Amino acid sequence: MTVLGGLCLWIAFLVGIWGALAGFVGGRQGRRDLEQSARHAVFAMCVALWVAVAALEWALFQHDFNVEYVASYTSRNLPIFYTWSALYAGQKGSLLFWASVLSLFGSLAMVLTSRRHRALLPYVAGVVCTVATFFISVMLFGQANPFHRLAYTPLDGSGLNPQLQNPGMVFHPPMLYLGYISITIPFAFAMAALLSKRLDVDWLVAIRKWTLLSWLFLSVGICLGMWWAYVELGWGGYWAWDPVENASLLPWLTMTAFLHSVMVQEKRGMLKKWNLALIIGSWLLSIFGTFITRSGVISSVHSFTQSNVGYFFLFFLIAAATASFTVYGRRLPLLAAETKLESMVSREASFLFNNLLFVGIAFSVLWGTLFPILSELVQGTKVTVGPPFFNQVNIPLGLALLGLTGIGPLIAWRRASLPNLQRQFAVPVTVGVFTALVLLVGGMRDFYALMAIALGAFVAATVVQEFARGTRARHRQYDEPYALALGRLLGRNRRRYGGYIVHTGMVILFIAFAGMAFKTETEATLRPGESTVLKSPYGWTYTFTHLGVSQYDALNRQVTAATLEIARDGKRLGVLTTEKRQHVDGLGRPTFQPSTEVGIRSDLREDLYVVLAGLVNGTEQAVFRFTINPLVWWVWYGGMIVALGGLIVMWPGGTPAVKRTQAGYAVRLVGEGQA
Amino acid sequence: MNAGTKFAIGAVLIVGSVGYLMASGVKQTGQYFLTPSELSQKIALDPSFYNVGMKVGAHVVPGSVTRDLAARTLRFQVTDGSARYAVLYRGLPPDTFTDSVEVVVEGRLQKDGIIYATNVLAKCGSRYEAVPKA
Repeated sequence: MTVLGGLCLWIAFLVGIWGALAGFVGGRQGRRDLEQSARHAVFAMCVALWVAVAALEWALFQHDFNVEYVASYTSRNLPIFYTWSALYAGQKGSLLFWASVLSLFGSLAMVLTSRRHRALLPYVAGVVCTVATFFISVMLFGQANPFHRLAYTPLDGSGLNPQLQNPGMVFHPPMLYLGYISITIPFAFAMAALLSKRLDVDWLVAIRKWTLLSWLFLSVGICLGMWWAYVELGWGGYWAWDPVENASLLPWLTMTAFLHSVMVQEKRGMLKKWNLALIIGSWLLSIFGTFITRSGVISSVHSFTQSNVGYFFLFFLIAAATASFTVYGRRLPLLAAETKLESMVSREASFLFNNLLFVGIAFSVLWGTLFPILSELVQGTKVTVGPPFFNQVNIPLGLALLGLTGIGPLIAWRRASLPNLQRQFAVPVTVGVFTALVLLVGGMRDFYALMAIALGAFVAATVVQEFARGTRARHRQYDEPYALALGRLLGRNRRRYGGYIVHTGMVILFIAFAGMAFKTETEATLRPGESTVLKSPYGWTYTFTHLGVSQYDALNRQVTAATLEIARDGKRLGVLTTEKRQHVDGLGRPTFQPSTEVGIRSDLREDLYVVLAGLVNGTEQAVFRFTINPLVWWVWYGGMIVALGGLIVMWPGGTPAVKRTQAGYAVRLVGEGQA
Repeated sequence: MNAGTKFAIGAVLIVGSVGYLMASGVKQTGQYFLTPSELSQKIALDPSFYNVGMKVGAHVVPGSVTRDLAARTLRFQVTDGSARYAVLYRGLPPDTFTDSVEVVVEGRLQKDGIIYATNVLAKCGSRYEAVPKA
């Protein structure tokens, strides 16, 4: 099967080169035969690559340890659930997964794109083939062939790192990859629009769903990553501003900026240059993310295998950036805006500021991530910046953005009048100010946390007001019952109201992030029967009593579990178990370093987070770290609401075709798609 | 004043505050990232370098680790081949910490020649791969 897999890689490689050539030449010369051929090349590449994926999975399930990749990432005692996910546990398999998914997305783009945008497709095929061929060439020529065989056959494989043996980790990498990969499709359409000079609003419509899709995958991927870091790594938080985390956040920020500014182009014909630059930039950032995670140029706790594969990516990044911005530069004269900004108090202006903030945040994150390299180049000494830097810069910017989340959607296009502003903002501003006062009186003195919650309340009030007004209007106009009116309001204006749901999710996330300002922590060494206390930010006193330690063998690990009894203000809440796991191979010999299984007790207000650091000299005396993390539950649910909102926006149908606004808010009809 | 100019002022304000936040952030939170030999050179040139927060990236000297789990203290030495420093860390080391990994030690070097660490990150090149079989 590995012969078949290797062969498929070569076929895909050659077909990819042909597809790239045929696509670009065919598009340029308008030759139907070449255009058809490029299209078929994408399909053929897709089939070849998925056969290769099947071949690798076959080898994984057959425990063919003669294959280096299988021996490196699986073992006989690895649960089946994790065996298939070993496909993307290592670099080589990830590359294969990446190329296969890209070819699949490319094929879908070929099939699903409507006839109106046919002229763009040859170029899209060309770009997809070029990018996929690059990934295949890394496998073939960068010593990263997943089908490489060893000179001997080990009796058992090395097994999968225990930290990857977590359900979050099974879904987190592919979600992020899907996000990264699907950015290629909007990028391909953008390049196609530039190359074919069809730079009207049309191409934007063709890629809207794709940009949303990749944004959605990235959002879910990032949230799953946070969840995994929280439950598996045991340091007590979910976001550490690690370079690899930052690499996933960067394209998310620029994509989010794009999803907003694209509306300005649709409605007002402005920002064409900016939007194209954002799409190209997002895609380059996704490749950049791969480069920094794979090359080891920046030290990260993720520290994937360092290899020269990183330099393939650096070369590709530079070549792709040069090529795409050259094309972009040559088409700039065709990208003039159709209208001008009329007023500072307009939705356009608020979207422009929103974009500046998103890009500003992205720039500061990029800067902080690259700072060790930049400072070494300039000063000769490495200077690093850590979480304090990112928090100091991004909390104020994030709060400004949160404020705009409430302001933007309520301001009329073109020019808002004073009565319009009063009508829209009277209630939400009151709610925000009132919330701030209540928190102040309640004793909250953390400025940023207070601002986050007050602004969050303001934004939430704007969303509720929008839903209430829309529902009431439908109720009056069509005489629908309120529940039906609400359902139809959402169903008929998915972009607008789905967007509000995403905003609601973001508000929840911001408030949850603010909760981390009140995190408390203590460490203790306890004998069975001994206890320690920790005060929660809500004023409760938790008592943790060490009950005892048990040790037992599970499928592929030896478990040391400590059980604690938890009481709040003297009232017993229950028990919590926290584990240290030593994974072993088939003969019971230890593999990997021990890993932590955090004990977490979660409720709406706070999480109790207990890590077992170890036992003292093999006795039952154990060392623990106790952390109280407020509002963490809301991070996961905020993330789910964001994803739900994204799905509603994406759901097919229900959204009227692009319409230009006429005279601002005055003609806005109830039920007409606006957002 | 037309809308374009007003917008430009707003844009300059945003870009300016991003720039300001970044510059002040680097100034207030930036830390040197040094190898042990770079650290010993700095100290030789400039004795005021004691008690300055920094990060030191180095290998743990095999066999130098003493753990006192009950007291939650960890002592070890780090080296880059030439210079060598003792490290004292109060706290819980990460799971991946052993006496054969690369670490990033965050802390301050004191006059007694010991780095008092506030944080220890174990950075192991083979993090997501198995320990090579001896």
